[in-house]
Amino acid sequence: MDAPTIVTSELPLADLAQKLRPAAAVPPELAGAPTADDVEPPSAQETAPRALFEDKYHRSTGRFADRVFRLATGSCAAVVASLILVVVLYMVKGSVPAFRDHGLGAIISPVWDPTNQKYGALAFLFGTAYTSLIGMAIALPLAVLTAVALVEILPSGLAKVLSLAVELLAAIPSVLLGLWGIFELVPLVRRFEISIYKSPLGLRRLPIFSGAPLGVGFLAAGLLLAIMALPFILSVSREVLLQVPRAQREAAYALGATRWQAIRKFILPYSWKGIFGASLLGLARVLGETMAVTMVIGNTPQIKASLFASGYTLASVIANEFTEAPSDLAISALISLGLILLLLSVTLNAAARIMLFYLNRSAGAPQVAK
Amino acid sequence: MMSSHRLRKFHGRLMETVCLLAALAAVVPLFAFLWHLVAMGAGAFSPALFTHLPMPPGELGGGLKNAILGSVLVVGTATVLGIPVGIGAAVFMTEFARPSLTSALRFACDVLSGVPSIVMGLLAYQVVVRPMHHFSAFSGSIALAFIMLPVVVITTQEMLRLVPHSLREAGHALGIPAWRIASSISVRAAAPGILTGAILAMSRIAGETAPMLFTSFGNPFLSMDPKAPIATLPHTIFTYAISPYEDWHRLAWGGALILVLGILGATLLSRLILWWHQRSLNS
Amino acid sequence: MLACQDLKIEFDRKQVLKGVTLAFPAQKISAIIGPSGCGKSTLLRAFNRMHDLTPGAKVTGSVTLNGVEIYHDAEDPVLIRRRIGMVFQKANPFPTLSIFENTISGLRLSGVGNRGLLQEAAEKALVDAALWDEVKDRLKSSPMSLSGGQQQRLCIARALAVDPEVLLMDEPCSALDPIATSKIEELMFRLRERLTVVIVTHNMQQAARASDRTAFLWMGELVEEGETEAIFTSPKKSMTEDYITGRFG
Repeated sequence: MDAPTIVTSELPLADLAQKLRPAAAVPPELAGAPTADDVEPPSAQETAPRALFEDKYHRSTGRFADRVFRLATGSCAAVVASLILVVVLYMVKGSVPAFRDHGLGAIISPVWDPTNQKYGALAFLFGTAYTSLIGMAIALPLAVLTAVALVEILPSGLAKVLSLAVELLAAIPSVLLGLWGIFELVPLVRRFEISIYKSPLGLRRLPIFSGAPLGVGFLAAGLLLAIMALPFILSVSREVLLQVPRAQREAAYALGATRWQAIRKFILPYSWKGIFGASLLGLARVLGETMAVTMVIGNTPQIKASLFASGYTLASVIANEFTEAPSDLAISALISLGLILLLLSVTLNAAARIMLFYLNRSAGAPQVAK
Repeated sequence: MMSSHRLRKFHGRLMETVCLLAALAAVVPLFAFLWHLVAMGAGAFSPALFTHLPMPPGELGGGLKNAILGSVLVVGTATVLGIPVGIGAAVFMTEFARPSLTSALRFACDVLSGVPSIVMGLLAYQVVVRPMHHFSAFSGSIALAFIMLPVVVITTQEMLRLVPHSLREAGHALGIPAWRIASSISVRAAAPGILTGAILAMSRIAGETAPMLFTSFGNPFLSMDPKAPIATLPHTIFTYAISPYEDWHRLAWGGALILVLGILGATLLSRLILWWHQRSLNS
Repeated sequence: MLACQDLKIEFDRKQVLKGVTLAFPAQKISAIIGPSGCGKSTLLRAFNRMHDLTPGAKVTGSVTLNGVEIYHDAEDPVLIRRRIGMVFQKANPFPTLSIFENTISGLRLSGVGNRGLLQEAAEKALVDAALWDEVKDRLKSSPMSLSGGQQQRLCIARALAVDPEVLLMDEPCSALDPIATSKIEELMFRLRERLTVVIVTHNMQQAARASDRTAFLWMGELVEEGETEAIFTSPKKSMTEDYITGRFG
């Protein structure tokens, strides 16, 4: 057979058909080849398995194996899906004795004294809220400013190294941060608190700085929570900033804006919803933080406005008192605290994710997978 | 008096400096932590740490042998329970389920991953410890498996999603049964990523303490019995850190260093796997 | 012989194929041509029930192989696809398998374990796909080290190893250079002796030089169909003539 020539479109098609077809004569029997009009489909009423579609090598179609495989993997999926329901169910079940004993209202009582059947959780709700607030108040601005630095200002090589460093922070187990907290952070915080205490401005009269400068307390716990929330908020904020379309940035610069103006007036407003979602996720995360907080908060159930004061969180009291609970009722009360914690985190988490989902959908951006 | 443009520029530069300072502040905690970890942990690092059992409080010497082995048992059991179920669920989600079902399952996983680990511990307490009437290594493994599941599902699903659909199409066009396509084409193509995800999930649960407090409970002696309480490394670190004994503080730092080296090793291993796979594809 | 009768296909209620009746005679190369979006690939994929895998796809009408209805409920699509093979537009060899493993993947992954059989099938398939000489010394190496044209021939070999009766080719050369294209056209002519080949192409010159019969599709409808020479030299419909001479599409 001749080597096929390279076709160009200048050759008229009538010639083409002749030149480029291999020199095979059309066999006479195909001159009467059936056309579409001749074909009659067979009746589709045969129900017996067709001999035609049996397999030459006698392999199975894997129908049975398919079903088994689907069942096996489907059960795994069912286990995972039901786990969330199981968690809620058991936490409610475990809390029922406590609720039956002292009702929901007792939860907001400030007195926690299980040996005397007092199960007021207000101090823990306060402690959880207060420490999370401090943590977020520090972490959020820091994370956003850092994200801006990493995405908009720093050269990409350095930005990558720094992002890696912050991500590594997220890999540190809570108990180890707590260890560092006890021995290194708390003394630092104590020195800071002492300097405020001794301040000639009389700062220690302010409610927020009142009390003994022990080092342990809300401030120390808040700082650790900030350290733990930071990588989380940062990574999502970075992704959000990276998704700002080039067109936005270029439009800003074309209008003569300085880099900071572009950031402040164009890029951040575009991203704030995503950053808000990120902070909700970060908040949901720190609500349930147990070990690091337990190690530096002072473990005193009290409601005080001061940063210097010791406190207690929902997670910490469960961690400290569960194994020493004086009665089954006390255990049930602790489980009810766990239920509150669960509902808080799950609601926040779900709300944040739904918000981020709709945000990504409307922006048409690829989903932020976190 | 600066012109308004110069003022804007100055303001811009100032704010940018603030951002850079923030970035610096963001990395300081990591370095501070690592610095103290190495400084304090190196002092405690010795073969005795691995070979000795704990001494009663106040007595010197002693090691973390029971805690290290305990962690290996508890984490290992949790892995054996959690990884196959997690991978199975992810395979179902990407290869067989309808898109709406997949989204719902993924949402459930995302929510699960936000459940505080102490709550998972409370679940394991009610489901395992109460019926058994005592604390056990097994209940600790169950708690860790619960924590591990959503993480494994999510990373496996992401890796499977990366496998191009054209490969599955090619498999179907060849008349390969669907289950074989899922296992020998999709999972096989995504295997390095899935393995990496599994290793990282393991290193994550190795550091969990809160659930251990009322499941595995801790044990000053060496025990490898799954039905008995057992010491785990992070739990022991916690107990020692809050104790008043200097020697125990030293051991806590030593244990912390071991834990961090373990996590670092796992991260490096997973990067190695990815790199090696990339190389073998290109050869 | 592969045929369809009044084939209608819709995706999520949107009608893509509006009643196509065609026959592809055995041991011939049939081409389907038409502008982008006219439904050529959709039509092709109906012949090996690939639409079964697309949620929201609805196929009505009849498709028969040698007179036997493919879409019958009792038929297993997996078996059908072993008789009617397909090659795709972009070569898609399995990256984690070697060249040899790729070639026999259709056999091995559906249960054939006999090594001798597999070796034989691989060699035969690679020879038929005009790739044997180029890869016989590196059967264990990765397919990603092959050029685009070689990868596509590997995919053809992979499809041939399953020993189908029909080979459906969905624009197999559109991503390849002219030399790679001509190699594939060459092997198509040889395959014609044992198989029925149906090729979808947007390249009219390819249809003209490489096929025995041509069908022209436009907006989901069959406009004209017949011997390639007739279609290109004396088309019966003016729309066909317009398309062929490049007035649109």
